[in-house]
Amino acid sequence: MAAQQDAGTGFEEGLKGASEKVAEFHERKSALKRVQHWLHQTPSAVPMIVLVASVVVFAILSENFFKAATMSTILQQIAIVGILGCAQTIVILTAGIDLSVGAIAVFSSVLMGQLSFRYGLPAPAAVVLGLALGTAMGAMNGYLIARLRLPPFIVTLGTWQILLSSNFIFSANETIRSQDIATQAPLLQFWGGAIQPGGVKVLYAVFLMIALVLVMSYVLRHTAWGRHVYAVGDDAEAAKLAGVRTDRVLIQVYALAGLFCAIAGWVMIGRFGSVSPTASTGQLGNIQSITAVVIGGISLFGGRGSILGMFFGALIVGVFEMGLRLVGTDPQWTFFLIGALIIAAVAVDQWIRKVAA
Amino acid sequence: MEPILKARNLVKRYGRVVALDHCDFDLMPGEILAVIGDNGAGKSTLIKAVSGAVTPDEGEIWLDGRKVSFASPLEARGAGIETVYQTLAMSPALSIADNMFMGREIRKPGIMGSLFRQLDRPAMEKFAREKLTELGLMTIQSINQAVETLSGGQRQGVAVARAAAFGSKVVILDEPTAALGVKESRRVLDLIRDVRARGIPIILISHNMPHVFEVADRIHIHRLGRRLCVIRPGDHSMSDAVAFMTGAKDAPTEAAAA
Repeated sequence: MAAQQDAGTGFEEGLKGASEKVAEFHERKSALKRVQHWLHQTPSAVPMIVLVASVVVFAILSENFFKAATMSTILQQIAIVGILGCAQTIVILTAGIDLSVGAIAVFSSVLMGQLSFRYGLPAPAAVVLGLALGTAMGAMNGYLIARLRLPPFIVTLGTWQILLSSNFIFSANETIRSQDIATQAPLLQFWGGAIQPGGVKVLYAVFLMIALVLVMSYVLRHTAWGRHVYAVGDDAEAAKLAGVRTDRVLIQVYALAGLFCAIAGWVMIGRFGSVSPTASTGQLGNIQSITAVVIGGISLFGGRGSILGMFFGALIVGVFEMGLRLVGTDPQWTFFLIGALIIAAVAVDQWIRKVAA
Repeated sequence: MEPILKARNLVKRYGRVVALDHCDFDLMPGEILAVIGDNGAGKSTLIKAVSGAVTPDEGEIWLDGRKVSFASPLEARGAGIETVYQTLAMSPALSIADNMFMGREIRKPGIMGSLFRQLDRPAMEKFAREKLTELGLMTIQSINQAVETLSGGQRQGVAVARAAAFGSKVVILDEPTAALGVKESRRVLDLIRDVRARGIPIILISHNMPHVFEVADRIHIHRLGRRLCVIRPGDHSMSDAVAFMTGAKDAPTEAAAA
């Protein structure tokens, strides 16, 4: 009996004299490994480097590129995609996807317009109601995904069609003209206003986009809710066992994404002037926002990446579009290069994930 | 002495399969109780029942003399029962500190915490570092490194430290050494003893007889959905224990009282 117990521990006597450390870290010798490790900790570094490099290249190729007016135009053109990208970012961080972002944005803008013009609501009430309805559309996505356990791709593929067609039916395909909005409900066009320091026009919408990115960057990094969003995307089962109410986090994420889309809808009225149910954002908003997120180094598998990366991703697309136009190439080259960037970004993501020892 | 965790007549059926058949369970204060049993004996269902992951069809559970019934692991955790799952339940991409405080984060005092919901990173990191140091785990370089960059033993260590730091009443360890090498197993066993030395009773589920016989004060042998007997490691040999649990030998009539 005693002998058996001795035998039980005896085999470990060979451990005497072995290192007492549990498992020390081996220095990563290769420079490539160190780069990989750094990127692992700083996920927005890759898009930032690509952004700076592309700005430098276009500045060399075209003398008109590196000017305040050009930069401001680029920011103006990515304002809506940037806000939709905020929505897409939080959803993709939970390992989901939202194909309905563009549809929610267009429908919300139509709702804001029709509520004030067809139903005579005061503009502030129409805006608040439009934002609330957009949030509700997002919450519906979240409910179907979290409670009924349907895959996000399928749910939002469905709601994309449902919301976009509801948008056409509700609006009766009617466009509200820019002049009417300007005279009767100017609040709807608020984000189209601009300040002009030194003659360079910067839209309020640009400040709004940047503010949203910064606020969300803070929320994701420095609040418990933000850490829970990452944990849900990283390993939902583990997060649940550790005490995160994963269903609630998911519903909140999709509802907040809905709110961001409705904000983007409001910004669309300012950018385009009119309210149009046929705005291209309804069809393209999801692809554009997913592109910004992926180029921004956010993993489609969830749990990795930063919203600043999405902002850089949106800027990269804007810089390519503007730069190639100024250089005078066929605009199709833009999409050719964006496509290549998407594939490269995902390849880099896969490589960074391998850092796990 | 009253058991800190007591269960009587637990029954759990999955369709026709009876996983728990009027099972009893007792954990005494300050002890390490090993739970052993052959595959399919129902020991993991037993553990899930006391940790809130499974609600038994019949039977009662008392924690510290008060009757409890947990609807979820969260409720059990709120009552002071921490479980280290075999999968460890950690988010690989998040840091050690983030993982230790997942679901119970500390916010900054004052307006930054109440209005802006800002996490008190320094306080959480300090606490995490203290707990890991207490358990001798500070060969881990930085409290901010992602869990996926840790070795298996280090991950287990962090998970045990998390349970020990927050488990006020009971810590449950499910196969803590199953995936570890010799050296790392040794550290985890020392860790288990350290946790007991701090007065927290431990339920240890393991297939590893040498490990069980080394650290356990008592051994609960589970067979066919119920407690066959409880033995003390000093009174029986490992082959006896294996014989009891497989039915090759009849259980000792004199069960080890607390």
